[in-house]
Amino acid sequence: MDKKSIEHVAMLARLRLSDGEIESLESELNRILGYAEQLSELETDLVEPLAHPSDLTNALRDDLTRPSVPREEIQSNSPKSDGEFYLVPAVLGNANELKK
Amino acid sequence: MLNQLSAFELIEGIGDKKFSSVEVAEAFVEQVEKRDADVNAFLRFDPSYVLDQAKAFDQKHSSNTAFGSLSGIPVAVKDVICVKGQVTSCASKMLEHFVSPYDATLIEKIKRADGILLGTTNMDEFAMGSSNENSAFSRTKNPWDTDRVPGGSSGGAAACVAAGMAPLSLGSDTGGSVRQPAAFCGVTGLKPTYGRISRYGLVAFASSLDQIGILAGDARDVALLLNESTGHDPKDSTSSPTDPADYMATLHGDVSGLKIGIPKEYLGEGLDPEIAESVRQARQTLEEMGVEFTEISLPMTSYGVATYYLVASCEASGNLARYDGAHYGFRTEKNVDAAENRLLEMYRQTRSEGFGAEVKRRIMLGTYALSSGYYDAYYLKALKTRRLIQDELNAAFKQVDLILGPTTPTPAFKLGEKKKDPLSMYLGDIYTVVANLAGIPAISFPSGFTQSGLPIGLQLQGPSFSEELILRTTCSFQKNTDWHTKKPAMVTGAAK
Amino acid sequence: MSDPAFELIVGLEVHVQLQTQSKLFCGCSTKFGSEPNTQTCPLCTGMPGTLPVLNREALMLSIKTGIALNCEIARFSKWDRKNYFYPDLPKGYQISQFDLPICGPGYLEISDPKGEFKTKKIRLIRAHLEEDAGKSVHDEVSGSADTKIDLNRTGTPLLEIVSEPDIRSPQEAKAYLTELKLLLGYLNVSDCNMQEGSLRVDANVNLHIESNGEKIATPIVEVKNLNSFRAVERALQYESERQFSNWKSDGFTIDDRPKQTVGWNDSEQKTIPQREKEESADYRYFPDPDLVPVVIDGTTIDTIKDTMAELPSAIRNRLESEYQILPYDSDVMVNQGREFVEYFEAVAKESSEGKVASNWMQQNVLQIMKDREMGIEAFPIASHRLANLIKKLTAGELDNSRAKDVFQVLLEKDLDPAVVMKELGIEAVDDSALESICEELLAMNPQVVEDFQAGKKQAIGSLIGQAKKKNPNANPGKVRELLIAIIEKKL
Ligand SMILES: [Mg+2]
Ligand SMILES: [Zn+2]
Repeated sequence: MDKKSIEHVAMLARLRLSDGEIESLESELNRILGYAEQLSELETDLVEPLAHPSDLTNALRDDLTRPSVPREEIQSNSPKSDGEFYLVPAVLGNANELKK
Repeated sequence: MLNQLSAFELIEGIGDKKFSSVEVAEAFVEQVEKRDADVNAFLRFDPSYVLDQAKAFDQKHSSNTAFGSLSGIPVAVKDVICVKGQVTSCASKMLEHFVSPYDATLIEKIKRADGILLGTTNMDEFAMGSSNENSAFSRTKNPWDTDRVPGGSSGGAAACVAAGMAPLSLGSDTGGSVRQPAAFCGVTGLKPTYGRISRYGLVAFASSLDQIGILAGDARDVALLLNESTGHDPKDSTSSPTDPADYMATLHGDVSGLKIGIPKEYLGEGLDPEIAESVRQARQTLEEMGVEFTEISLPMTSYGVATYYLVASCEASGNLARYDGAHYGFRTEKNVDAAENRLLEMYRQTRSEGFGAEVKRRIMLGTYALSSGYYDAYYLKALKTRRLIQDELNAAFKQVDLILGPTTPTPAFKLGEKKKDPLSMYLGDIYTVVANLAGIPAISFPSGFTQSGLPIGLQLQGPSFSEELILRTTCSFQKNTDWHTKKPAMVTGAAK
Repeated sequence: MSDPAFELIVGLEVHVQLQTQSKLFCGCSTKFGSEPNTQTCPLCTGMPGTLPVLNREALMLSIKTGIALNCEIARFSKWDRKNYFYPDLPKGYQISQFDLPICGPGYLEISDPKGEFKTKKIRLIRAHLEEDAGKSVHDEVSGSADTKIDLNRTGTPLLEIVSEPDIRSPQEAKAYLTELKLLLGYLNVSDCNMQEGSLRVDANVNLHIESNGEKIATPIVEVKNLNSFRAVERALQYESERQFSNWKSDGFTIDDRPKQTVGWNDSEQKTIPQREKEESADYRYFPDPDLVPVVIDGTTIDTIKDTMAELPSAIRNRLESEYQILPYDSDVMVNQGREFVEYFEAVAKESSEGKVASNWMQQNVLQIMKDREMGIEAFPIASHRLANLIKKLTAGELDNSRAKDVFQVLLEKDLDPAVVMKELGIEAVDDSALESICEELLAMNPQVVEDFQAGKKQAIGSLIGQAKKKNPNANPGKVRELLIAIIEKKL
């Protein structure tokens, strides 16, 4: 991983990294990835990937509603709301631009 | 001193009305007030909250109302398990003020069993770490030596038991987070089979590896709390429908004729010689009880750490995407109005300020390993290796009933010792991560001390749903040894 | 030099909200139109520690749709996380299906009763189940205020049906969507209300151009925000022209440019490029470890098949053969939905007059439904009453225009047609009475007789009107018959 790919991944992960962070991540992540390289020794072409340790299937629930949580209560943890909606900074710069 | 009794003894005493729940609570409150300034096991501890619950229990008890089997004894809760109306912060600035609107299934069960919630224990942020140094709020110290770490991520959970501040403690174990601190702090810690305890309300780090675990003074206390913790939960799709056993009922059964394997890879390079010696001694003790030992080989062991860190980080990168400042939790106070894309800037600032260095590191690693062009080489490769690891363990359990080995390659290290070198910290998880990758149960129990007086823990692993056998074996060992009864000076009051 | 020939190539992605009571992974209601953020819980707001549990009904509706769309139903299906940040997606990922969707390849047959294109099969690539996102309300005025987020819709089950690029014209696209919507309605899988967003369409569009004996493909454009079938047709027409003229000026082909996303602006009737994302989409799909796979066995599929009602294409064929009606007629009626067909069949069976019943349904019944903006379920005349009316009509007890009079009364009064006929004084006129009226009229109008004999057959029409004035119950057909017979007898 070089600086550029660290910046790209930081964007994918929505992190804003300082120059110092990028620098230390570069060496740390490369060390970790280098260590992980040992997995390439293993012949795994015919191995079925294991995403989950249990072999359960079909955990289903009936289509029943239960009361939702009152808005006031669910929004009590919200950093910004107007009593009705959650409020976030405008999605893409100037919203009017989109309408043109 | 009531805080030096086991949970089992406390329940007996309350049952026989030798003392009340309030008296028990007071003993632990007193110890916390006296010692936690040095240990920092708790992030949040409110004596009146504890005493109120104890009073309510005593009232119930004295009016002869039926009560649950936890009989008004306290349980400490790791800051990663949601309690309704309480802050559940995962030791992260991101959730510093997050009040959970609901109870985890396990918390509901404990309340129903008349357990008392003691306080919230410190941990590595979002359960990522092996030293508790990644907490955003405080450094938990090892009660045996406050210059050393308690282990992690359930460091507070282990330290509070070791320091006589809680008889029972809930932790979570994604790659050893219950067992490693149990070993470092000289307590008994169980990570059950994946799916044995509901994960509903356990804040996810890596969903396919996470499992709530129990820390206590001995195997009997672990069994006691496990009995109240299991059962299928329809709210957790991955919760096992397999009927749980009565772990207390079978605890005292015979272990003679049991076959235990010791993998030769577990005793190899990097293992502290004093811990290696402790494995040999434990083997001898168990042999005297009729256990047969075989040397086995688990060559996949050395791939565990790499596999684990890839799988866990990939899942974490997804699980932690929800912390973005939009709907709950921390949001940056920085003004983002000047940014070309204000939402994007809010996200990036919030996540950069809200997460600590280790969390960011793992999010970066996981995001990279899942990203286009690298998925096959890292994530998929890790899943395939995970299969090989599980296959190898399954094969081993055809040969032996349980696997014995060290929990950690070294005893508790010094605060700050590994902070600068993440990889060396990760390598300390070599013995614990395989149980999470394979989903099997494993326990760490005290097996001795180093010459410098630090606790040593050994690990027993068994096939899926063999908790009963693991606890029975540990209990037998503990009947024939007294390592688990040793307490640090801050509990006994002896001079250091 | 004339322009080279080109062909429009379209694949459609249709998101359908499934008609369940509760959301896909939690028990919150899916009801539309509630106050913002009143239908949420810790799970669908993505709070820490919550875990999804799959709604059985959503799974069953997906399988049902898959069967109706001739899809292979997966025996083993799983859940994946599609990772991206957006404030209407509180978890930072959407639970969807990546490589093992519930429904594999299938097809939907479309035809055009007007014959503008041939009946054809539109192949389907897949249909997968996923959770819907919430709604963002952008500030339209200042553009600088916060965006408002409503999470009521978050977690509603969506079935995404993806077609192969088999569609070749805006008309075919419309026919495909119409047929799909009809089918989903017949299956009771979705209300398909486009205004409420229960059916949403994205189109992937490009052109194949025949140039110098070579086939050139233009860059693919994904058109979003298609809020009506009309918008789909227009957007495809617009893109077809735009892409052709672009190609003529810049010559870019599919290899030169990545897929571009555009939005359809309905007021300006054009597509508008959506602002480039910050980075190219990399959704980092991976299996969702909070959910377990779904295993669907043959018995489940058979049980669903057994309980499935007859589908539109089968009903069309059956109506044609059972009631001897034309494909056009069966198409019109089937397109009105299941209840309409059921009503028709009740009338047709009771009256034993399929063809006449079909005409009445399409002319009179549909007209009233349209005028009064009502569905068949609210239509005021019970099917057996309409059947009785048709019986009277075909038995010659009333003529068409009197039948319409009766029909008008039936719309207002819950009475039997016979009673209404009596009220209106409609009764059969006996043949001798009618004959004497005709004799009388012919005697009074020698000019008409003369004209008729001279070959002006239509001259007789004026007498029919006069006969009706003398006796309102006179059947015009019968009067005509009699007039002609009398004139011819005189010859
Ligand atoms: Mg989709
Ligand atoms: Zn919900």
